[in-house]
Amino acid sequence: MNLIQTLENEQVVKLSANKTIPEFGPGDTLIVSVKVVEGERTRVQAYEGVCIGRNGAGLNQNFTVRKISYGEGVERVFPLYSPMVDSIKVVRHGKVRRAKLYYLRGLRGKSARITERQDNREAVVAE
Amino acid sequence: MRSGVIAQKMGMMRVFTETGEHVPVTVLKLSNCQVLSHRTKDANGYVALQLGSGTRRARTISKSERGHFAVSKVEPKREVQEFRVSEDALIPVGAEITADHFIAGQFVDVTGTSIGKGFAGGLKRWNFGGLRATHGVSVSHRSIGSTGGRQDPGKTFKNKKMPGHMGVDRITTLNLKVVQTDVERGLIFVEGAVPGAKGGWIRVRDAVKKALPKDAPKPGKFREAASTDAPAAPAAEAQQGEGA
Repeated sequence: MNLIQTLENEQVVKLSANKTIPEFGPGDTLIVSVKVVEGERTRVQAYEGVCIGRNGAGLNQNFTVRKISYGEGVERVFPLYSPMVDSIKVVRHGKVRRAKLYYLRGLRGKSARITERQDNREAVVAE
Repeated sequence: MRSGVIAQKMGMMRVFTETGEHVPVTVLKLSNCQVLSHRTKDANGYVALQLGSGTRRARTISKSERGHFAVSKVEPKREVQEFRVSEDALIPVGAEITADHFIAGQFVDVTGTSIGKGFAGGLKRWNFGGLRATHGVSVSHRSIGSTGGRQDPGKTFKNKKMPGHMGVDRITTLNLKVVQTDVERGLIFVEGAVPGAKGGWIRVRDAVKKALPKDAPKPGKFREAASTDAPAAPAAEAQQGEGA
């Protein structure tokens, strides 16, 4: 492996040592706990929305979370391994057929819903 | 004035700081950067260190080069350069400069050879604006336009910016911050971009226009040459240069 990849992987291991990053993909509803610095002190702010895509690979991986805030669509891009991302929680898995859900930007209300994925695989594994 | 080092550009990556910012860094690698010889006031009229870096196959070396490397008892080097130093900053011949020669937070000047662009037009080479897209301009949208006056001065001035060969120039970028160093692997992480292609040889020096931090090692951090032929434990050799 080349040196840059080695260094990036080392950093990934270091940054994800104290937290677990769940498996999630486009269509999943997430609660992202973001560290917010206010002057001296830091607090954790929750940001809930639909993951509309993941970009990049390895250390440089980002994911985009979209939500409707006071009637206005808001999208935030988080680096997956950023120390500012305290934790990521998957609220529900969505059933989608594409990797980037940019079509949600043009939709509002009922049509912007994503059906929940009925996943039986996990139950099978558990048995 | 401390010595610089010869490093090799490995590529760019990002480093996350504890506060959550991410810093774009260029990774520079020291590959056996050793002192080959001294240039002294008496013998040469100026004081400098000759450093060598990299490795080279034995059969590619001329006899005269071989003799030079043999005198300083080092392996043949791919890249050999001189660094002007003050007399108290001389590092013994054969010593290998380590990455903690530079400390995190200090500023360095880096010199490299820029990536070649071939024969480039005025837009790319000099940031000319070009001609208009419409209003009767035909064929010459990316031409450089006028190059001079009329009957007076009756010539195109010298140094007029024109298309020509671009790149493969020696470029020095001043005041890049050292983010961190890795002694074991000989890596220096420098914030921002460094001129040149990956694998290119880069001169790294203390910044000329910024004060050197007080805790920077003087005359430098290096591993002394092993006195015996058998490679001794590097930990035992690792030694800070005595204060000048």
